[in-house]
Amino acid sequence: MISRREFIQVAAATAALSTGVGAGLTRAVAQQRLTEKELLAFEPLGNVTLVHVTDIHGQLMPLYFREPSTNLGVGEAKGLPPHVTGKEFLARFGIAPGSSAAYALTSEDFEALAKSYGRIGGLDRAATVIKAIRAERGDKVALLDGGDTWQGSWSSLKTRGQDMIDCVALLRPDAMTGHWEFTYGTERVKQAIESLGFPFLGLNIRDTEWNEAAFDASTMIERGGVKIAVLGQAFPYTPVANPRWMIPNWSFGVREEDVQAQVDKARKSGAQLVVLLSHNGFDVDRKLASRVKGIDVILTGHTHDALPEAVKVGKTLLIASGSSGKFVSRLDLDVRDGEVKAFRYKLIPLFSDVITADTEMAAKIAEVRKPFASELSKVLGKTESLLYRRGNFNGTFDDLICQALMQERDAEIALSPGFRWGTSVLPGQDITFEDVTNATAITYPAVYRMGMTGARLKEIIEDVADNLFNVDPYYQQGGDMVRIGGLSYAIDVTKPQGSRISDLQLVKTGAPIDPAREYQVAGWASVNEGTEGPPIWELVGNYLTREKVVRLEPNRAVKVTGA
Amino acid sequence: MKAINRRQAFALGGGFVLLTLMPMAADAEVTNDAAKWIEKFTGGKQPAKGRISLDLPEIAENGNTVPLSINIESPMTAESYVKDVMIIADGNPNAGVATLSFTPMSGKAEASIRIRLATTQNVIAIAKMSDGSLFTEQKTVKVTIGGCGG
Repeated sequence: MISRREFIQVAAATAALSTGVGAGLTRAVAQQRLTEKELLAFEPLGNVTLVHVTDIHGQLMPLYFREPSTNLGVGEAKGLPPHVTGKEFLARFGIAPGSSAAYALTSEDFEALAKSYGRIGGLDRAATVIKAIRAERGDKVALLDGGDTWQGSWSSLKTRGQDMIDCVALLRPDAMTGHWEFTYGTERVKQAIESLGFPFLGLNIRDTEWNEAAFDASTMIERGGVKIAVLGQAFPYTPVANPRWMIPNWSFGVREEDVQAQVDKARKSGAQLVVLLSHNGFDVDRKLASRVKGIDVILTGHTHDALPEAVKVGKTLLIASGSSGKFVSRLDLDVRDGEVKAFRYKLIPLFSDVITADTEMAAKIAEVRKPFASELSKVLGKTESLLYRRGNFNGTFDDLICQALMQERDAEIALSPGFRWGTSVLPGQDITFEDVTNATAITYPAVYRMGMTGARLKEIIEDVADNLFNVDPYYQQGGDMVRIGGLSYAIDVTKPQGSRISDLQLVKTGAPIDPAREYQVAGWASVNEGTEGPPIWELVGNYLTREKVVRLEPNRAVKVTGA
Repeated sequence: MKAINRRQAFALGGGFVLLTLMPMAADAEVTNDAAKWIEKFTGGKQPAKGRISLDLPEIAENGNTVPLSINIESPMTAESYVKDVMIIADGNPNAGVATLSFTPMSGKAEASIRIRLATTQNVIAIAKMSDGSLFTEQKTVKVTIGGCGG
């Protein structure tokens, strides 16, 4: 006798055969193929389990987040994970097109699969998974948060991260590090850290006056009878990529020698396992792992890469746990004689319709979001096309922001920062205030309008391009490429700074950008103190209210070569 | 770079180092004179790599005050010590930054100063030992417009 579940699976297989994978699946059928048990299935190994979350960016609720279709590596990182996308990614990791993993990890068939598999994430789903791992592994488990946790949503901005702090506290992390946390300023960061009840680590942060350690470098914990040193590395270029004036007394940097010194110190103090909880970004960590001796595991962050397998550099394992609350990483380790003898890893995607919500966390989330609920659900407009941000060059959500900037501020050219966070909106969906603020909620949101010469514009584009495409990862400073509206250009990512960018044109007229002429430019997220103008969410909101329906086609203004 | 700031004073006080700050070029438009400074310091002799540990950020948080720490391996005895260390910024209007002078009494050859960098460039250190041998190390420091990170 065929049970209902089996019947649906058979039906799904038939549908897949007859109409092509993914496209023919209804949502209910697709989800029948997934179970919480399968998502959590893990054959336990060894005496330590590291659970890693990172770059949640204020996202407490399940969401759509399209992974990048363009993520270029340069120099030694060219073609290596995480610099593989789409079909290449699927082939590399043996993932079937149209599968749940394909949906969670790539941009392939995103729109169709989003309809089938639904939203991913939600901290209440993460709580369920983390509780299940703890129930199974008991005192072997350490939970580590890679940072960029307190920023990225309206409720996080309005509460200065308190919404996240209160919710994450229920998960009882053992340590965290940070990046966007610092954009709430020195006083707030200090006050929040005092209230955490677990260490906020940053071995690479010193005070600018005396050049002395400003944060705890590490914490020693014992799990499963193993002494574990957790070292924390905050985002090295926080005062460069974000406003320095908000944290004038703290100096960051990669500080490779300091990392080595801390590893040596930890080993000397008897650590049998050394873990670097890092917000360096994947390529920086890959280089660091090749130069610093004695790190067993680097839990990477910042670059938002989601990799289904651990990457091994020498003896060091690199884990990339994605972003936006989509995943929980579980890494089981067999640690003996001060060495990792074996490991097993799983990146667990939190399919929100499949994983049960933890009731305690769900209640807390509802509580922290309640003061903002009516604001957040306000509909500003509707989109006919997919809105997303992530990728090296313009995403459609950025194009929307750029159009709003140009129209609302009567500018010829718009500049919008290449942040990696920001949620996706599916075709046909309403665009709510929550969607807009998920892409814009920062503490320096003012929209400026100013004159810039063509030469200055090129200089800015070259400068940002070098932050992304410098062949030495230690010199890569920030997020993805600056998003530009109204201007098209060509970029050869293999060239050095100053000669990557060419063929700058004004999109409207096709006229070449004149180095000597002054153009009216609107932008937001200036790192300079005292920038004045309306907050970006207000400007985008006004634009959407007037336009009602938007349609953003994939951006063709950037011609990329050398990839 | 005219006045000695507090940190430089500490570098001096702590390690018995003599720090000579080089005069600014009268005309900022003149071409960079790095080669001239190096030639004058080395007498045309090619310095060897090694012995120097030069700590500078890869990317400056503020080009106007970039922390630089330097340490040169040496027994610092009367027989063998570091005499002078020249710091050169090859992209500044005036390449000469400072010369640090040590004696065996310094105990160790290390110092911390802050330097000003006009643009992305190489910072070069050349150490002259008591036996006349020369060592060099350099590092690129990027000075960027900033922003857009995330």
